[in-house]
Amino acid sequence: MRFSRRAAVAVVGVAALLTATACGSSGDSGGGTGSKKVEVFTWWADGGEKAGLDGLVAQFAKDCPGQTFENGAVAGGAGANAKQVLASRLQQNQPPDTFQAHAGAELLDYINAGQVQDLSADYDTWGLKTAFPQGLIDNLTVDGKIYSVPANIHRANVVWTNKKVLSDAGITDDPKDLAGFIADLDKLKAKGIKSPLAIGKDWTQLMLFESVLITDLGADQFTGLWKGTTDWTSAPVTKAITDFKQLLTYTNTDRDALDWTDAEKLVMDGKAGYQLMGDWEAADLDAKNFTGYGYFTFPGNGATYQWLADSFVLPKGANNADGTKCWLKTVGSADGQKAFNTKKGSIPARTDASPADYPKYQQAAMADWKTEKQVPSCAHGSACSQGWQGAANSALGAFSTNQDVAGLQKALAAAAQQFAKK
Amino acid sequence: MRRLRQWGPGLALLSPSLILLAVFVYGLIAWTLKVSVSDEHTALGSKGFVGLDNYTKLFTDDINDRFVHSLKNLLIFTAVFLVGTMFFGLLWAFLLERGVRAEGFFRTVYLFPMAVSFIASGVVWRWLMNPNKGEGAGGLNAVFGAVHLDFLQSTWWTNPNWGMASMAIPAMWQLSGYVMALFLAGFRGIPQELREAAAMDGASTYRLYRNVIFPQLTPVALSALIIIGHMSMKMFDLIMSVSGPQWLTEVPAVYVWQALLTSDYAKAAAISIILLLLVAVVIVPYLIYTNRAEKSS
Repeated sequence: MRFSRRAAVAVVGVAALLTATACGSSGDSGGGTGSKKVEVFTWWADGGEKAGLDGLVAQFAKDCPGQTFENGAVAGGAGANAKQVLASRLQQNQPPDTFQAHAGAELLDYINAGQVQDLSADYDTWGLKTAFPQGLIDNLTVDGKIYSVPANIHRANVVWTNKKVLSDAGITDDPKDLAGFIADLDKLKAKGIKSPLAIGKDWTQLMLFESVLITDLGADQFTGLWKGTTDWTSAPVTKAITDFKQLLTYTNTDRDALDWTDAEKLVMDGKAGYQLMGDWEAADLDAKNFTGYGYFTFPGNGATYQWLADSFVLPKGANNADGTKCWLKTVGSADGQKAFNTKKGSIPARTDASPADYPKYQQAAMADWKTEKQVPSCAHGSACSQGWQGAANSALGAFSTNQDVAGLQKALAAAAQQFAKK
Repeated sequence: MRRLRQWGPGLALLSPSLILLAVFVYGLIAWTLKVSVSDEHTALGSKGFVGLDNYTKLFTDDINDRFVHSLKNLLIFTAVFLVGTMFFGLLWAFLLERGVRAEGFFRTVYLFPMAVSFIASGVVWRWLMNPNKGEGAGGLNAVFGAVHLDFLQSTWWTNPNWGMASMAIPAMWQLSGYVMALFLAGFRGIPQELREAAAMDGASTYRLYRNVIFPQLTPVALSALIIIGHMSMKMFDLIMSVSGPQWLTEVPAVYVWQALLTSDYAKAAAISIILLLLVAVVIVPYLIYTNRAEKSS
């Protein structure tokens, strides 16, 4: 009898455990098709980004009565965590009603997987094709279709300066070309500024390198690098790498240990005169109460506006497609773009916005946005897919230590071959 | 029937954990293996079976030999980390065993870093190992500069050849105390009679340690090596917080993460399997050894 009692205890124990696991496995299966909720999946969880999202939500409540906004934000810089969560939800065919993604090539993975829907017809009805500049429409279009609505525009090819450091060295004008820039860097060096050009780790180096590429190749050839029409092994690319290598000699030696805000601090402290960074730096410098900064487009880039944008999409299988479309319409509308961008510190993608609503830097950027030529950025996903971006960052990281011109060109060409048109 | 009654209840009680292990450990390893021989390089999903392509490509066709570079980094890190922790652990245990004052205090001091997470200590060591030298120096370099030992200033982990040796310093700082605790337990486990017998035989202190005490510490040393060794191979959080993911300090575990972020599931799975094999190479002989030792005793 002893054994059977033990057996009974065992059976009960096992049964209890199995029921416990069975209970755990029945999860929530989301709302039905008649849902009026719009789940918006972003990585805007705090700071100016959260404020911008709140502004957009207020506008959404006004424009889309009957629909309710549901915040699906997953915190984490540049969406590092959010993208993982999103990937698993898409694989399980439980997409949010809409999600945030960098506009441009970073969307390619989702487009190729058939996970997002074509919005070209809605672009026509919402009048976005005329409201956005043609260059942006060209960059967004994949095989004749557009899949996302950009909420904002940032600019990548801007050099930020410490005015006092420059005037102490007798530099009064912005450099017109690369040679002029290097001459100015030499002036600062002669004044005892050891590393006049501040820079951080791999992706910030990729940004600087892309700017040099625009200068040496021109806007069209540069865009072609990412479209597969410009050869990465060509001589102009070699020249750009050589120029970039020369620029690196003016940078801080601890670059691989710094993030962009650390490099920004070098400029604020007067230990460096220049830093190339996206125009979120304006909002950041303002927030840090540093007023003595100047800015200019990277020398030799001419009238080229290297853009990046956050955008929203309509996933296939969204529970509430009508609600999502209303959200996307709000995102693209003049009021929605104003509500978002005045708080986030970026500029609207629309060309019909009123500059008076925006701070000083943004006013200048908006004027440029209307007239200049748009090119995408790989470091921020508008020019290349995520895999390509990872390979490029890694190659630039290797170049930072080994300074091997031929090696970098070979690595970038190999990356292009592996990732272009996939 | 009688037999079933004998081991049946035991098996039934064990079965939940056996099932969980089978599904969540071995099942998922099998799944990873399956992904690693597929061509699931994007979010698109898999189109088919590619055999060992993903593995051979890692060694022959990776841009800039990225994977081989990460293995080299891991090798340097592991070598320095193992030698360092074993040396300091043994040294401290030896000193405490020789009977210093306030043993309890020092034991706590040495063991305490282990309580800190790699993420927290990594952030601090990131500041301490600031690579700037001379005027703009920070962290340890600034300390060396202030006491006029400038020749000790180093570029730390940003050194392209030996940077990973610097990366092992925080890991050593953190785990030497743990190795010390293991050795100390080993020392304490040696019966007093053996020491007395050696003394009766007229053995010098050197002879006592060389021929009596250290041989008895071999199993402890082996356990310590295995524990530290497998931690080293899977090192991820420390490197992520000291340098962040980047070329210079990339090890296979960080590479897996980078591949996952870019939706290259097949590549990530292949690296994971290689990592698993590397750890198995260390652990399996140890398991066989302990199994034999237990049988013979």
